[in-house]
Amino acid sequence: MALLDVQNLRVRFETHHGVVRAVDGVSFQLEEGETLGLVGESGSGKSVTNLALLGLIPSPPGVVEADALLFEGTDLAKLSEAQMRKIRGNDISMIFQDPMTSLNPLLTIERQLTEVLCLHKKMSRREAKKKAIQGLGDVGIPSPDKRIDQYPHELSGGMRQRVMIAMGLLCEPRLLLADEPTTALDVTIQAQVLELMKDLQARTGTAIILVTHDLGVVAGMSDRIQVMYGGRLVEMAPTLDLFAQPLHPYTRGLLGSIPTLHSHPGEDLDSIPGQPPDLADMPPGCAFEPRCAWKTERCAQESPPLRSLTQPETGAKRHSACLEIETLLQTPPSSAPVTP
Amino acid sequence: MTDTTTPPNLPDAGTASRTRTLESGPPLLAVYGLKKHFKVQSKGLLGGQDKMLHAVDGVDFELRRGEALGLVGESGCGKSTAARTIMGLYPATEGSVQLEGRELTTLTRSEWRPVRRKMQMIFQDPYASLDPRQTVASILAEPLKIHRIGRAKDRKIHAMALLEAVGLNPRHIHRYPHEFSGGQRQRIGIARALALEPDLIVCDEPVSALDVSIQAQVLNLLGELQERFGLSYLFIAHDLAVVRHLCTRIAVMYLGRIVEIANREDLFRNPRHPYTKALLSAIPEPDPVRERNRERIVLQGDVPSPIDPPAGCAFHPRCPKYAAQPDVRCTTETPDLEEEHPGRRHEFACHLEHAATIPASESAGAP
Repeated sequence: MALLDVQNLRVRFETHHGVVRAVDGVSFQLEEGETLGLVGESGSGKSVTNLALLGLIPSPPGVVEADALLFEGTDLAKLSEAQMRKIRGNDISMIFQDPMTSLNPLLTIERQLTEVLCLHKKMSRREAKKKAIQGLGDVGIPSPDKRIDQYPHELSGGMRQRVMIAMGLLCEPRLLLADEPTTALDVTIQAQVLELMKDLQARTGTAIILVTHDLGVVAGMSDRIQVMYGGRLVEMAPTLDLFAQPLHPYTRGLLGSIPTLHSHPGEDLDSIPGQPPDLADMPPGCAFEPRCAWKTERCAQESPPLRSLTQPETGAKRHSACLEIETLLQTPPSSAPVTP
Repeated sequence: MTDTTTPPNLPDAGTASRTRTLESGPPLLAVYGLKKHFKVQSKGLLGGQDKMLHAVDGVDFELRRGEALGLVGESGCGKSTAARTIMGLYPATEGSVQLEGRELTTLTRSEWRPVRRKMQMIFQDPYASLDPRQTVASILAEPLKIHRIGRAKDRKIHAMALLEAVGLNPRHIHRYPHEFSGGQRQRIGIARALALEPDLIVCDEPVSALDVSIQAQVLNLLGELQERFGLSYLFIAHDLAVVRHLCTRIAVMYLGRIVEIANREDLFRNPRHPYTKALLSAIPEPDPVRERNRERIVLQGDVPSPIDPPAGCAFHPRCPKYAAQPDVRCTTETPDLEEEHPGRRHEFACHLEHAATIPASESAGAP
């Protein structure tokens, strides 16, 4: 049994401008100890997916529906708030992007770290403090016994993010949802934090869903990658296969858009023309159709489902929501579509 | 009345190369020993002493006409402060900034005006840098109005040509900033910077607030405009891959100083300063095969505070090279930018790297 089994998750927000379908029918599984990269641009629904798993979508205006949200066989969608609270921070925990706004500035690090332990593990304050100091040490914070008495403003950005990670891992969760955990950090600090997450995962066997817009980060961290666009999953593949042969035009566009340390400088990047779709006013067919170089007439009419196939040469299990998937399979990743 | 009757014409692609005398001649912009210190008040029990924050602490570089120079570094290294001080938005504490040989740090407010025609800026945040109550037409015409160029009608035509040049629909000229997306707003900011036909544009993190697919569009646009209008860029960014894409010359900053400056190929193929090496190795690359096999230099600790920077080389507390072979000079003397091979324009500021190469060059120079 998979650790997490999400079936047809839908999240919509009812706003003055109409109904915004932030997540529109997303299904996936996650195995124990696996790292899944969830990639997409702002507004693609990746963060909302994570928040929905934890029951953190405010309602109203949010409405969360799903056929099932199975975590170790329990349907999270059917749990009461009280039952959910027992899981949150204990079995499933979350690291947010911005450690400055997600730590309470009025409480010491100790208060914020020990809260989960006293609550979930029924530890005494003294036991909890000992464990919290150990947790801070594990994430590489120097002199944790002194730092624990400080307030968030006394720590640097990198340290605060490490406190967030320590907090997320204190109860040794089975699943860690990391939402852009290093986006606010400088690259040298990002390298430290990513290294740390890898070490901790190797030690504890926690499964991770890593939400990011940075394809470089997922390339190094994740076993599998899911690409989201306009609230839907458009591609799902093992990491190596995704980069070697992307099977959705959007994934190809994303990869072509990033300047890397090995691309040809000075040459134009293969940018994606146009803008991301308006979630309150989605096109009837494929959401990517208006920007797609591979589109055919069918694409504007049919919303393509996520189809699975086995890649002939590698035997990899692939998923793509593109009607032209067979053509994409046969063309090398960097080439443009052949116009007849 | 107006002193110029016709608005400046936007040259078409055919006359593009008029100002492209790349890599030769005197520098367009020269910065020598530039320092910008801020006073930080500390409220101690006994009144406390004011401390100085050394945001920019001795920056030297020359930017030649037609060149795109990238200034990279992590947050707090002083790259944005350097840009703003160069633009005259902050008064310099010390040092010299020269545009075509003319000293800018001593200019009065009114003397600045003609200089601004030659030197414009693009800001990071496309939401905060456009006035929400002005239409695009008035945003783009304002620089011309201030400099008394053209009549209202000409200015409008010019504004439409500018919109077209940055890839927006000229018919959207009467819209307000909120009617555009982030990427489109950044294009408007670029159009505004182009309005006076400057020689130099200082770009402060122009793409870091944008999504990757939009970022690529704006980078392509900046490259295209440079070619078309013969622009020079001083390009401030934290993303080395972005800088590598657009800039032919790159300077790396750490705690207020440039630690290495070189042409693009030299910097990426043969980085010399230990900080540059660590920075390059820390960048995650969108290539899982490379990413899983690369040797990564993970620096320990955080960037020290610019209020009380470490003595000697500011990088020494985190420097892997210093940790391996501690040298007393690293903790006592601030290393200067020095060229290893004269004429290569590859300079770096590291006692240990220079020491390692001296015997070789001495023996080469011996008769």
